[in-house]
Amino acid sequence: MPKYWNESIECATPYEMQALQSFRLSQTVRRVYENVPYYRKRMDENGVKPEDIKSVADLSKLPFTVKQDLRDTYPYGLFAVPMSEVVRLHASSGTTGKQIVVGYTENDIEIWKEVIARAITAAGGGKDDFIHVSYGYGLFTGGLGLHYGAEKVGATTIPVSVGNTARQITIMRDFGSTILCSTPSYALYLAETLKEMGVDKSELKLKAGIFGAEPWSEEMRAEIQEKLGIKAYDIYGLSEIMGPGVAFECEDQSGMHISEDHFIPEIIDPDTGEVLPDGVQGELVFTCITKEAFPLIRYRTRDIAVLERGQCRCGRTLVKMLKPRGRTDDMLIIKGVNVFPSQIESVLLSLGNTSPHYQLIVDRVNNNDTLEIQIEISPEMFSDTVKNLEEQENIIKAAVESTLGIAAKIRLVEPKTIARSEGKAVRVIDKRKK
Amino acid sequence: MLIKQLSVFVENRPGRLSSITKLLGENDVDIRALSIADTRDFGILRLIVNNPDKALEVLKGADYSVTLTNVIAIGIEDKPGGLAKAMEVLYQNGISVEYMYAFISKTDNTAFVILRVENSENAADVLQKNGIKLLTSEEIYKM
Repeated sequence: MPKYWNESIECATPYEMQALQSFRLSQTVRRVYENVPYYRKRMDENGVKPEDIKSVADLSKLPFTVKQDLRDTYPYGLFAVPMSEVVRLHASSGTTGKQIVVGYTENDIEIWKEVIARAITAAGGGKDDFIHVSYGYGLFTGGLGLHYGAEKVGATTIPVSVGNTARQITIMRDFGSTILCSTPSYALYLAETLKEMGVDKSELKLKAGIFGAEPWSEEMRAEIQEKLGIKAYDIYGLSEIMGPGVAFECEDQSGMHISEDHFIPEIIDPDTGEVLPDGVQGELVFTCITKEAFPLIRYRTRDIAVLERGQCRCGRTLVKMLKPRGRTDDMLIIKGVNVFPSQIESVLLSLGNTSPHYQLIVDRVNNNDTLEIQIEISPEMFSDTVKNLEEQENIIKAAVESTLGIAAKIRLVEPKTIARSEGKAVRVIDKRKK
Repeated sequence: MLIKQLSVFVENRPGRLSSITKLLGENDVDIRALSIADTRDFGILRLIVNNPDKALEVLKGADYSVTLTNVIAIGIEDKPGGLAKAMEVLYQNGISVEYMYAFISKTDNTAFVILRVENSENAADVLQKNGIKLLTSEEIYKM
Protein backbone atom coordinates (compact mmCIF):
# COMPACT_ATOMS: atom_id res chain seq x y z
CA MET A 1 0.00 0.00 0.00
CA PRO A 2 1.43 3.42 -0.90
CA LYS A 3 2.48 5.58 2.00
CA TYR A 4 1.54 8.84 0.30
CA TRP A 5 -1.28 9.66 -2.04
CA ASN A 6 0.67 12.38 -3.87
CA GLU A 7 4.31 12.12 -2.92
CA SER A 8 5.68 14.91 -5.11
CA ILE A 9 3.39 17.41 -3.36
CA GLU A 10 3.30 15.93 0.14
CA CYS A 11 7.09 15.69 0.28
CA ALA A 12 7.96 18.74 -1.86
CA THR A 13 10.90 20.95 -0.88
CA PRO A 14 10.02 24.32 0.67
CA TYR A 15 11.28 26.01 -2.49
CA GLU A 16 9.04 23.92 -4.75
CA MET A 17 6.03 24.49 -2.52
CA GLN A 18 6.52 28.25 -2.34
CA ALA A 19 6.93 28.53 -6.09
CA LEU A 20 3.71 26.61 -6.63
CA GLN A 21 1.86 28.62 -3.99
CA SER A 22 3.07 31.94 -5.35
CA PHE A 23 1.95 31.09 -8.85
CA ARG A 24 -1.46 29.86 -7.74
CA LEU A 25 -1.95 32.78 -5.34
CA SER A 26 -1.30 35.46 -7.96
CA GLN A 27 -3.69 33.73 -10.37
CA THR A 28 -6.42 33.43 -7.75
CA VAL A 29 -6.11 37.04 -6.62
CA ARG A 30 -6.39 38.23 -10.20
CA ARG A 31 -9.44 36.04 -10.74
CA VAL A 32 -11.32 37.17 -7.65
CA TYR A 33 -10.49 40.81 -8.37
CA GLU A 34 -12.03 40.44 -11.81
CA ASN A 35 -15.01 38.27 -10.90
CA VAL A 36 -16.08 39.22 -7.39
CA PRO A 37 -17.12 42.86 -6.89
CA TYR A 38 -16.89 42.46 -3.12
CA TYR A 39 -13.20 41.52 -3.23
CA ARG A 40 -12.43 44.22 -5.79
CA LYS A 41 -14.01 46.84 -3.58
CA ARG A 42 -12.10 45.64 -0.51
CA MET A 43 -8.78 45.53 -2.37
CA ASP A 44 -9.37 48.96 -3.86
CA GLU A 45 -10.17 50.34 -0.41
CA ASN A 46 -6.88 48.91 0.85
CA GLY A 47 -4.97 50.20 -2.17
CA VAL A 48 -3.94 46.71 -3.32
CA LYS A 49 -3.86 45.78 -7.00
CA PRO A 50 -3.71 42.18 -8.27
CA GLU A 51 -0.23 42.86 -9.71
CA ASP A 52 1.02 43.66 -6.19
CA ILE A 53 0.56 40.02 -5.25
CA LYS A 54 3.42 38.15 -6.88
CA SER A 55 4.41 35.67 -4.19
CA VAL A 56 3.42 34.18 -0.87
CA ALA A 57 5.39 36.96 0.84
CA ASP A 58 2.83 39.47 -0.50
CA LEU A 59 -0.10 37.68 1.13
CA SER A 60 -0.23 39.98 4.16
CA LYS A 61 -1.03 42.95 1.88
CA LEU A 62 -4.48 41.52 1.28
CA PRO A 63 -7.42 42.32 3.54
CA PHE A 64 -8.94 39.60 5.74
CA THR A 65 -12.28 37.98 5.08
CA VAL A 66 -14.45 37.19 8.10
CA LYS A 67 -17.63 35.20 8.64
CA GLN A 68 -19.69 38.38 8.64
CA ASP A 69 -18.57 39.04 5.04
CA LEU A 70 -20.08 35.69 4.10
CA ARG A 71 -23.32 36.64 5.78
CA ASP A 72 -23.34 40.09 4.17
CA THR A 73 -22.96 38.59 0.71
CA TYR A 74 -25.34 35.67 1.36
CA PRO A 75 -26.09 33.62 -0.65
CA TYR A 76 -23.87 33.92 -3.74
CA GLY A 77 -22.07 37.24 -3.39
CA LEU A 78 -18.57 35.74 -3.00
CA PHE A 79 -18.89 33.15 -5.77
CA ALA A 80 -16.21 33.66 -8.42
CA VAL A 81 -17.80 31.67 -11.26
CA PRO A 82 -21.22 31.80 -12.93
CA MET A 83 -23.71 29.54 -11.17
CA SER A 84 -23.86 27.38 -14.31
CA GLU A 85 -20.34 26.20 -13.39
CA VAL A 86 -21.33 25.28 -9.84
CA VAL A 87 -22.12 21.57 -9.45
CA ARG A 88 -22.66 21.37 -5.69
CA LEU A 89 -23.72 23.52 -2.74
CA HIS A 90 -23.11 22.89 0.95
CA ALA A 91 -24.20 25.01 3.91
CA SER A 92 -22.85 25.45 7.39
CA SER A 93 -25.09 24.33 10.20
CA GLY A 94 -25.44 27.86 11.47
CA THR A 95 -24.81 26.82 15.08
CA THR A 96 -23.02 30.08 15.74
CA GLY A 97 -25.27 32.35 13.71
CA LYS A 98 -27.03 32.62 10.37
CA GLN A 99 -26.21 29.86 7.93
CA ILE A 100 -23.76 30.39 5.09
CA VAL A 101 -23.65 28.68 1.73
CA VAL A 102 -20.58 27.50 -0.21
CA GLY A 103 -20.26 26.17 -3.77
CA TYR A 104 -18.00 23.86 -5.75
CA THR A 105 -17.21 23.50 -9.46
CA GLU A 106 -16.47 20.09 -10.89
CA ASN A 107 -12.78 20.82 -10.48
CA ASP A 108 -13.27 21.93 -6.86
CA ILE A 109 -14.87 18.56 -6.13
CA GLU A 110 -11.82 16.87 -7.69
CA ILE A 111 -9.51 18.85 -5.40
CA TRP A 112 -11.62 17.93 -2.41
CA LYS A 113 -11.43 14.23 -3.30
CA GLU A 114 -7.66 14.60 -3.68
CA VAL A 115 -7.13 16.13 -0.23
CA ILE A 116 -9.36 13.55 1.45
CA ALA A 117 -7.51 10.80 -0.42
CA ARG A 118 -4.28 12.12 1.12
CA ALA A 119 -5.87 11.94 4.58
CA ILE A 120 -7.18 8.40 4.11
CA THR A 121 -3.83 7.22 2.74
CA ALA A 122 -2.04 8.81 5.70
CA ALA A 123 -4.38 6.89 8.02
CA GLY A 124 -3.28 3.67 6.35
CA GLY A 125 -6.38 3.37 4.17
CA GLY A 126 -6.52 2.17 0.58
CA LYS A 127 -8.54 0.20 -1.93
CA ASP A 128 -8.76 -2.87 0.28
CA ASP A 129 -10.46 -0.96 3.08
CA PHE A 130 -14.10 -0.72 4.05
CA ILE A 131 -14.66 2.89 5.00
CA HIS A 132 -17.60 3.44 7.31
CA VAL A 133 -18.72 7.07 7.02
CA SER A 134 -20.74 8.06 10.09
CA TYR A 135 -20.65 11.79 9.47
CA GLY A 136 -23.98 13.33 8.55
CA TYR A 137 -24.77 13.32 4.85
CA GLY A 138 -26.45 16.36 3.41
CA LEU A 139 -25.63 20.04 3.52
CA PHE A 140 -22.96 19.34 6.15
CA THR A 141 -19.65 18.74 4.38
CA GLY A 142 -18.56 15.84 6.62
CA GLY A 143 -20.46 12.94 5.09
CA LEU A 144 -20.14 13.65 1.38
CA GLY A 145 -16.59 14.96 1.79
CA LEU A 146 -15.24 11.74 3.28
CA HIS A 147 -17.48 9.70 1.00
CA TYR A 148 -16.05 11.01 -2.26
CA GLY A 149 -12.49 10.82 -0.96
CA ALA A 150 -13.02 7.21 0.14
CA GLU A 151 -14.27 6.31 -3.32
CA LYS A 152 -11.32 8.15 -4.83
CA VAL A 153 -8.84 5.88 -3.07
CA GLY A 154 -10.89 2.92 -4.29
CA ALA A 155 -12.06 1.84 -0.86
CA THR A 156 -15.39 0.10 -0.37
CA THR A 157 -17.38 3.03 0.93
CA ILE A 158 -20.26 2.53 3.37
CA PRO A 159 -22.44 5.68 3.57
CA VAL A 160 -24.04 4.98 6.96
CA SER A 161 -24.47 8.64 7.98
CA VAL A 162 -25.46 9.44 11.58
CA GLY A 163 -27.94 7.81 13.93
CA ASN A 164 -29.29 4.37 14.76
CA THR A 165 -26.19 3.37 16.65
CA ALA A 166 -27.16 -0.26 17.19
CA ARG A 167 -27.61 -0.70 13.44
CA GLN A 168 -24.25 0.98 12.83
CA ILE A 169 -22.60 -1.62 15.00
CA THR A 170 -24.34 -4.48 13.21
CA ILE A 171 -23.22 -3.03 9.88
CA MET A 172 -19.71 -2.57 11.18
CA ARG A 173 -19.56 -6.19 12.25
CA ASP A 174 -21.36 -7.76 9.28
CA PHE A 175 -19.87 -5.63 6.49
CA GLY A 176 -16.38 -5.68 7.98
CA SER A 177 -15.76 -1.92 8.32
CA THR A 178 -12.04 -1.24 8.74
CA ILE A 179 -11.95 2.56 9.00
CA LEU A 180 -14.50 4.63 10.90
CA CYS A 181 -15.07 8.28 9.98
CA SER A 182 -17.11 10.26 12.53
CA THR A 183 -16.93 12.94 15.18
CA PRO A 184 -14.76 11.84 18.12
CA SER A 185 -17.69 12.14 20.53
CA TYR A 186 -19.74 9.81 18.34
CA ALA A 187 -16.84 7.33 18.27
CA LEU A 188 -16.95 7.21 22.07
CA TYR A 189 -20.70 6.84 22.00
CA LEU A 190 -20.30 3.91 19.60
CA ALA A 191 -17.76 2.35 21.94
CA GLU A 192 -20.22 2.60 24.85
CA THR A 193 -23.03 1.13 22.81
CA LEU A 194 -20.73 -1.69 21.74
CA LYS A 195 -20.17 -2.53 25.37
CA GLU A 196 -23.89 -2.40 26.12
CA MET A 197 -24.71 -4.68 23.20
CA GLY A 198 -22.11 -7.11 24.49
CA VAL A 199 -20.10 -6.90 21.27
CA ASP A 200 -16.38 -7.24 21.88
CA LYS A 201 -14.10 -4.99 19.84
CA SER A 202 -12.33 -8.14 18.59
CA GLU A 203 -15.49 -9.04 16.67
CA LEU A 204 -14.93 -5.93 14.53
CA LYS A 205 -12.29 -5.43 11.88
CA LEU A 206 -11.78 -1.76 12.66
CA LYS A 207 -8.14 -0.68 12.50
CA ALA A 208 -8.32 3.09 12.24
CA GLY A 209 -10.61 6.06 12.66
CA ILE A 210 -10.59 9.48 11.04
CA PHE A 211 -12.21 11.88 13.46
CA GLY A 212 -12.96 15.58 13.18
CA ALA A 213 -15.57 18.35 13.09
CA GLU A 214 -15.08 19.14 16.78
CA PRO A 215 -12.07 19.74 19.01
CA TRP A 216 -10.85 16.75 21.04
CA SER A 217 -8.02 16.19 23.45
CA GLU A 218 -5.11 13.73 23.50
CA GLU A 219 -6.76 12.03 26.44
CA MET A 220 -9.92 11.52 24.44
CA ARG A 221 -7.79 10.09 21.64
CA ALA A 222 -6.22 7.61 24.05
CA GLU A 223 -9.65 6.58 25.26
CA ILE A 224 -11.03 6.03 21.75
CA GLN A 225 -7.93 4.08 20.72
CA GLU A 226 -8.20 1.86 23.76
CA LYS A 227 -11.94 1.27 23.67
CA LEU A 228 -12.19 0.58 19.95
CA GLY A 229 -8.74 -0.98 19.55
CA ILE A 230 -7.84 1.35 16.67
CA LYS A 231 -5.46 4.13 15.78
CA ALA A 232 -7.31 7.46 15.83
CA TYR A 233 -6.38 10.15 13.30
CA ASP A 234 -7.45 13.75 13.47
CA ILE A 235 -8.78 15.55 10.42
CA TYR A 236 -9.49 19.25 10.11
CA GLY A 237 -11.55 21.37 7.84
CA LEU A 238 -14.27 23.94 7.58
CA SER A 239 -16.96 24.33 4.95
CA GLU A 240 -15.89 27.87 4.13
CA ILE A 241 -12.50 26.62 2.94
CA MET A 242 -13.46 23.20 1.57
CA GLY A 243 -14.88 20.90 4.23
CA PRO A 244 -12.91 18.12 5.94
CA GLY A 245 -9.48 17.47 4.49
CA VAL A 246 -7.94 20.94 4.75
CA ALA A 247 -5.46 19.27 7.12
CA PHE A 248 -4.95 15.66 8.17
CA GLU A 249 -2.89 13.62 10.53
CA CYS A 250 -0.23 11.03 9.63
CA GLU A 251 0.91 7.99 11.63
CA ASP A 252 3.18 10.21 13.72
CA GLN A 253 0.08 11.84 15.31
CA SER A 254 2.06 14.98 15.97
CA GLY A 255 -0.10 17.60 14.31
CA MET A 256 -2.08 17.82 11.09
CA HIS A 257 -0.46 18.33 7.69
CA ILE A 258 -2.13 21.14 5.79
CA SER A 259 -2.66 20.59 2.06
CA GLU A 260 -0.88 23.89 1.56
CA ASP A 261 -0.70 23.50 -2.21
CA HIS A 262 -4.43 24.33 -2.06
CA PHE A 263 -4.83 26.29 1.18
CA ILE A 264 -2.12 28.65 2.43
CA PRO A 265 -2.21 28.94 6.22
CA GLU A 266 -1.14 31.91 8.34
CA ILE A 267 -1.27 32.48 12.08
CA ILE A 268 -2.27 35.95 13.22
CA ASP A 269 -2.73 37.81 16.44
CA PRO A 270 -6.54 37.83 16.75
CA ASP A 271 -6.52 41.32 18.28
CA THR A 272 -4.13 43.17 15.96
CA GLY A 273 -4.28 41.07 12.79
CA GLU A 274 -0.49 40.97 12.74
CA VAL A 275 1.07 37.83 11.20
CA LEU A 276 2.86 35.72 13.83
CA PRO A 277 5.92 33.54 13.28
CA ASP A 278 5.79 29.74 13.15
CA GLY A 279 5.59 28.16 16.57
CA VAL A 280 3.52 30.95 18.08
CA GLN A 281 -0.11 30.34 18.95
CA GLY A 282 -2.72 32.50 17.29
CA GLU A 283 -5.74 32.54 15.01
CA LEU A 284 -5.55 30.37 11.93
CA VAL A 285 -6.17 32.10 8.59
CA PHE A 286 -6.53 30.35 5.22
CA THR A 287 -6.31 31.49 1.62
CA CYS A 288 -7.70 29.17 -1.06
CA ILE A 289 -5.41 29.18 -4.08
CA THR A 290 -6.99 26.58 -6.35
CA LYS A 291 -10.69 26.76 -5.66
CA GLU A 292 -12.80 28.12 -8.47
CA ALA A 293 -16.32 28.60 -7.13
CA PHE A 294 -15.69 29.91 -3.62
CA PRO A 295 -12.08 30.95 -3.16
CA LEU A 296 -11.79 32.72 0.18
CA ILE A 297 -8.89 35.11 0.65
CA ARG A 298 -7.28 35.35 4.09
CA TYR A 299 -10.30 33.86 5.83
CA ARG A 300 -10.18 34.11 9.59
CA THR A 301 -11.22 30.70 10.94
CA ARG A 302 -11.43 31.74 14.64
CA ASP A 303 -9.59 28.49 15.41
CA ILE A 304 -6.58 28.87 17.68
CA ALA A 305 -3.57 26.86 16.46
CA VAL A 306 0.19 26.77 16.01
CA LEU A 307 2.10 26.07 12.76
CA GLU A 308 5.17 23.89 12.62
CA ARG A 309 7.43 23.56 9.58
CA GLY A 310 10.11 21.04 8.68
CA GLN A 311 10.13 17.43 7.62
CA CYS A 312 7.87 15.20 9.71
CA ARG A 313 8.95 11.73 10.80
CA CYS A 314 6.46 10.41 8.24
CA GLY A 315 8.51 12.06 5.49
CA ARG A 316 5.96 14.71 4.58
CA THR A 317 7.04 18.33 4.37
CA LEU A 318 3.53 19.80 4.33
CA VAL A 319 3.35 22.35 7.13
CA LYS A 320 1.68 21.01 10.28
CA MET A 321 -0.93 22.67 12.45
CA LEU A 322 -1.00 21.56 16.04
CA LYS A 323 -4.47 20.58 17.21
CA PRO A 324 -6.72 23.59 17.51
CA ARG A 325 -6.76 24.53 21.18
CA GLY A 326 -10.27 25.74 20.78
CA ARG A 327 -11.96 28.51 18.88
CA THR A 328 -11.85 32.17 19.60
CA ASP A 329 -15.64 31.93 19.78
CA ASP A 330 -15.56 28.77 21.98
CA MET A 331 -13.30 30.48 24.42
CA LEU A 332 -15.08 31.38 27.61
CA ILE A 333 -14.00 34.29 29.68
CA ILE A 334 -14.82 33.38 33.25
CA LYS A 335 -13.81 35.84 35.98
CA GLY A 336 -11.49 37.39 33.43
CA VAL A 337 -9.68 34.11 32.74
CA ASN A 338 -9.64 32.57 29.26
CA VAL A 339 -10.99 29.03 29.45
CA PHE A 340 -11.29 26.50 26.65
CA PRO A 341 -13.60 23.53 27.23
CA SER A 342 -10.81 21.30 25.87
CA GLN A 343 -8.62 22.22 28.87
CA ILE A 344 -11.28 20.98 31.25
CA GLU A 345 -11.70 17.81 29.24
CA SER A 346 -7.96 17.16 29.53
CA VAL A 347 -8.09 17.59 33.29
CA LEU A 348 -11.02 15.22 33.67
CA LEU A 349 -9.54 12.51 31.51
CA SER A 350 -6.12 12.80 33.14
CA LEU A 351 -7.68 11.78 36.47
CA GLY A 352 -8.24 8.32 35.08
CA ASN A 353 -11.56 7.29 36.51
CA THR A 354 -13.79 10.15 35.44
CA SER A 355 -16.04 9.82 32.42
CA PRO A 356 -15.48 11.99 29.35
CA HIS A 357 -19.09 13.15 29.50
CA TYR A 358 -19.23 16.60 30.94
CA GLN A 359 -20.92 19.91 30.51
CA LEU A 360 -19.91 23.35 31.66
CA ILE A 361 -22.59 25.63 33.02
CA VAL A 362 -21.48 29.23 33.18
CA ASP A 363 -23.67 31.74 34.91
CA ARG A 364 -23.52 35.11 36.59
CA VAL A 365 -24.75 35.44 40.15
CA ASN A 366 -24.63 38.88 41.81
CA ASN A 367 -22.23 40.09 39.10
CA ASN A 368 -19.88 37.19 39.76
CA ASP A 369 -19.18 34.59 37.13
CA THR A 370 -19.76 31.03 38.24
CA LEU A 371 -18.57 27.83 36.65
CA GLU A 372 -20.23 24.53 37.34
CA ILE A 373 -18.86 21.35 35.81
CA GLN A 374 -21.37 18.55 35.54
CA ILE A 375 -19.77 15.15 35.17
CA GLU A 376 -21.51 11.87 34.65
CA ILE A 377 -20.54 9.45 37.35
CA SER A 378 -18.60 6.48 35.98
CA PRO A 379 -18.84 2.96 37.45
CA GLU A 380 -15.22 3.34 38.62
CA MET A 381 -16.06 6.47 40.56
CA PHE A 382 -19.21 5.32 42.27
CA SER A 383 -18.94 3.96 45.75
CA ASP A 384 -21.39 3.35 48.52
CA THR A 385 -20.38 6.17 50.82
CA VAL A 386 -20.96 9.89 50.58
CA LYS A 387 -17.48 10.45 51.98
CA ASN A 388 -15.82 8.77 48.99
CA LEU A 389 -17.91 10.62 46.45
CA GLU A 390 -17.20 13.95 48.10
CA GLU A 391 -13.51 13.12 48.10
CA GLN A 392 -13.65 12.50 44.36
CA GLU A 393 -15.43 15.81 43.83
CA ASN A 394 -12.69 17.52 45.79
CA ILE A 395 -9.94 15.88 43.74
CA ILE A 396 -11.56 17.06 40.51
CA LYS A 397 -12.15 20.51 41.95
CA ALA A 398 -8.51 20.85 42.98
CA ALA A 399 -7.24 19.60 39.60
CA VAL A 400 -9.47 22.04 37.70
CA GLU A 401 -8.46 24.93 39.92
CA SER A 402 -4.77 24.26 39.57
CA THR A 403 -5.07 24.07 35.76
CA LEU A 404 -7.42 26.97 35.12
CA GLY A 405 -6.69 29.16 38.09
CA ILE A 406 -10.38 29.60 38.83
CA ALA A 407 -12.72 27.80 41.17
CA ALA A 408 -15.41 25.54 39.82
CA LYS A 409 -18.30 23.78 41.42
CA ILE A 410 -18.29 20.07 40.64
CA ARG A 411 -21.60 18.34 40.33
CA LEU A 412 -21.80 14.61 39.76
CA VAL A 413 -24.78 13.56 37.68
CA GLU A 414 -26.32 10.22 36.76
CA PRO A 415 -24.99 8.27 33.76
CA LYS A 416 -26.34 9.24 30.33
CA THR A 417 -28.08 12.35 31.53
CA ILE A 418 -25.88 14.84 29.69
CA ALA A 419 -27.24 15.26 26.17
CA ARG A 420 -25.37 13.05 23.69
CA SER A 421 -25.85 14.55 20.34
CA GLU A 422 -25.05 12.06 17.66
CA GLY A 423 -23.15 14.82 15.96
CA LYS A 424 -21.41 17.44 18.02
CA ALA A 425 -21.30 17.33 21.79
CA VAL A 426 -22.82 20.30 23.62
CA ARG A 427 -20.08 21.18 26.09
CA VAL A 428 -21.04 24.61 27.25
CA ILE A 429 -24.21 26.25 28.45
CA ASP A 430 -23.50 29.90 28.98
CA LYS A 431 -26.43 31.42 30.81
CA ARG A 432 -24.80 34.84 30.84
CA LYS A 433 -25.67 35.32 27.17
CA LYS A 434 -28.90 37.09 26.55
CA MET B 1 -23.83 -13.94 57.31
CA LEU B 2 -23.41 -11.00 54.95
CA ILE B 3 -26.31 -9.39 53.17
CA LYS B 4 -26.11 -7.73 49.76
CA GLN B 5 -27.24 -4.16 49.79
CA LEU B 6 -27.85 -2.14 46.62
CA SER B 7 -26.52 1.39 46.53
CA VAL B 8 -27.84 3.67 43.81
CA PHE B 9 -26.53 7.12 42.86
CA VAL B 10 -29.47 9.52 42.74
CA GLU B 11 -29.33 13.12 41.62
CA ASN B 12 -31.37 15.60 43.60
CA ARG B 13 -34.03 16.21 40.99
CA PRO B 14 -37.77 15.65 41.09
CA GLY B 15 -38.99 12.21 40.07
CA ARG B 16 -35.82 10.20 40.58
CA LEU B 17 -37.06 8.11 43.51
CA SER B 18 -40.37 7.64 41.82
CA SER B 19 -38.78 6.19 38.70
CA ILE B 20 -36.40 3.88 40.59
CA THR B 21 -39.10 2.42 42.83
CA LYS B 22 -41.49 2.09 39.92
CA LEU B 23 -38.86 0.21 37.91
CA LEU B 24 -38.22 -2.18 40.79
CA GLY B 25 -41.94 -2.72 41.32
CA GLU B 26 -42.52 -3.53 37.67
CA ASN B 27 -39.81 -6.16 37.89
CA ASP B 28 -41.25 -7.82 41.02
CA VAL B 29 -38.46 -6.66 43.26
CA ASP B 30 -39.72 -6.33 46.82
CA ILE B 31 -38.06 -3.74 49.04
CA ARG B 32 -37.32 -4.92 52.59
CA ALA B 33 -35.62 -1.83 53.93
CA LEU B 34 -34.16 1.40 52.62
CA SER B 35 -32.36 4.55 53.59
CA ILE B 36 -31.04 7.61 51.82
CA ALA B 37 -27.84 9.46 52.50
CA ASP B 38 -28.23 12.92 51.08
CA THR B 39 -25.97 15.82 50.21
CA ARG B 40 -26.96 19.04 48.53
CA ASP B 41 -26.66 17.73 44.99
CA PHE B 42 -27.01 14.00 45.16
CA GLY B 43 -27.98 11.13 47.38
CA ILE B 44 -27.16 7.48 47.75
CA LEU B 45 -30.22 5.29 47.97
CA ARG B 46 -29.48 2.09 49.88
CA LEU B 47 -31.85 -0.82 49.48
CA ILE B 48 -32.28 -4.27 50.92
CA VAL B 49 -34.48 -6.27 48.55
CA ASN B 50 -35.68 -9.85 48.08
CA ASN B 51 -33.60 -10.36 44.93
CA PRO B 52 -30.51 -8.10 44.84
CA ASP B 53 -28.97 -9.64 41.71
CA LYS B 54 -32.09 -9.09 39.68
CA ALA B 55 -32.48 -5.55 41.02
CA LEU B 56 -28.87 -4.83 40.06
CA GLU B 57 -29.45 -6.04 36.54
CA VAL B 58 -32.69 -4.06 36.13
CA LEU B 59 -31.15 -0.82 37.43
CA LYS B 60 -27.98 -1.18 35.38
CA GLY B 61 -30.12 -1.84 32.34
CA ALA B 62 -31.80 1.51 32.93
CA ASP B 63 -28.38 3.27 33.12
CA TYR B 64 -28.31 3.85 36.87
CA SER B 65 -25.00 3.92 38.70
CA VAL B 66 -25.50 1.07 41.11
CA THR B 67 -23.27 -1.18 43.16
CA LEU B 68 -23.63 -4.07 45.63
CA THR B 69 -22.17 -3.66 49.11
CA ASN B 70 -21.91 -6.28 51.86
CA VAL B 71 -23.66 -5.28 55.07
CA ILE B 72 -24.75 -7.15 58.19
CA ALA B 73 -28.24 -7.40 59.59
CA ILE B 74 -28.83 -7.99 63.27
CA GLY B 75 -32.02 -8.80 65.10
CA ILE B 76 -32.63 -7.22 68.50
CA GLU B 77 -35.47 -7.14 70.92
CA ASP B 78 -37.78 -4.21 70.21
CA LYS B 79 -37.56 -2.55 73.62
CA PRO B 80 -35.62 0.32 75.23
CA GLY B 81 -31.91 -0.50 75.42
CA GLY B 82 -32.14 -3.25 72.77
CA LEU B 83 -29.84 -1.52 70.34
CA ALA B 84 -27.49 -0.27 73.02
CA LYS B 85 -26.19 -3.76 73.72
CA ALA B 86 -25.13 -4.33 70.14
CA MET B 87 -23.49 -0.92 69.91
CA GLU B 88 -21.62 -1.56 73.13
CA VAL B 89 -20.17 -4.79 71.67
CA LEU B 90 -18.96 -2.98 68.57
CA TYR B 91 -17.52 -0.14 70.62
CA GLN B 92 -15.67 -2.50 72.99
CA ASN B 93 -14.14 -4.20 69.98
CA GLY B 94 -13.05 -1.00 68.28
CA ILE B 95 -15.43 -1.39 65.31
CA SER B 96 -16.81 1.84 63.94
CA VAL B 97 -20.08 2.07 62.06
CA GLU B 98 -20.12 3.85 58.67
CA TYR B 99 -23.91 4.01 58.70
CA MET B 100 -26.91 2.06 59.84
CA TYR B 101 -30.66 1.99 59.52
CA ALA B 102 -33.42 -0.04 61.13
CA PHE B 103 -36.77 -1.61 60.41
CA ILE B 104 -39.16 -3.65 62.54
CA SER B 105 -40.60 -7.08 62.01
CA LYS B 106 -44.14 -7.63 60.85
CA THR B 107 -44.60 -10.71 63.02
CA ASP B 108 -42.81 -10.76 66.35
CA ASN B 109 -41.26 -8.29 68.71
CA THR B 110 -37.96 -7.98 66.85
CA ALA B 111 -36.27 -4.96 65.33
CA PHE B 112 -33.66 -5.32 62.63
CA VAL B 113 -30.68 -3.12 62.07
CA ILE B 114 -28.60 -2.98 58.88
CA LEU B 115 -24.99 -2.09 59.64
CA ARG B 116 -22.20 -1.06 57.37
CA VAL B 117 -18.79 -1.34 59.01
CA GLU B 118 -15.25 -1.34 57.73
CA ASN B 119 -14.70 -5.09 58.13
CA SER B 120 -18.04 -6.86 57.94
CA GLU B 121 -16.78 -10.38 58.57
CA ASN B 122 -14.91 -9.48 61.69
CA ALA B 123 -17.89 -7.51 63.00
CA ALA B 124 -20.22 -10.43 62.28
CA ASP B 125 -17.98 -12.78 64.31
CA VAL B 126 -17.73 -10.44 67.25
CA LEU B 127 -21.47 -9.81 67.38
CA GLN B 128 -22.33 -13.50 67.21
CA LYS B 129 -19.85 -14.38 69.93
CA ASN B 130 -21.60 -11.86 72.14
CA GLY B 131 -25.00 -13.39 71.58
CA ILE B 132 -26.38 -10.93 69.05
CA LYS B 133 -28.52 -12.62 66.44
CA LEU B 134 -27.41 -12.16 62.85
CA LEU B 135 -29.79 -12.63 59.98
CA THR B 136 -28.84 -14.68 56.93
CA SER B 137 -29.59 -13.41 53.49
CA GLU B 138 -32.25 -16.11 53.05
CA GLU B 139 -34.05 -14.90 56.14
CA ILE B 140 -34.05 -11.35 54.84
CA TYR B 141 -35.09 -12.21 51.30
CA LYS B 142 -37.99 -14.41 52.52
CA MET B 143 -39.15 -11.98 55.14
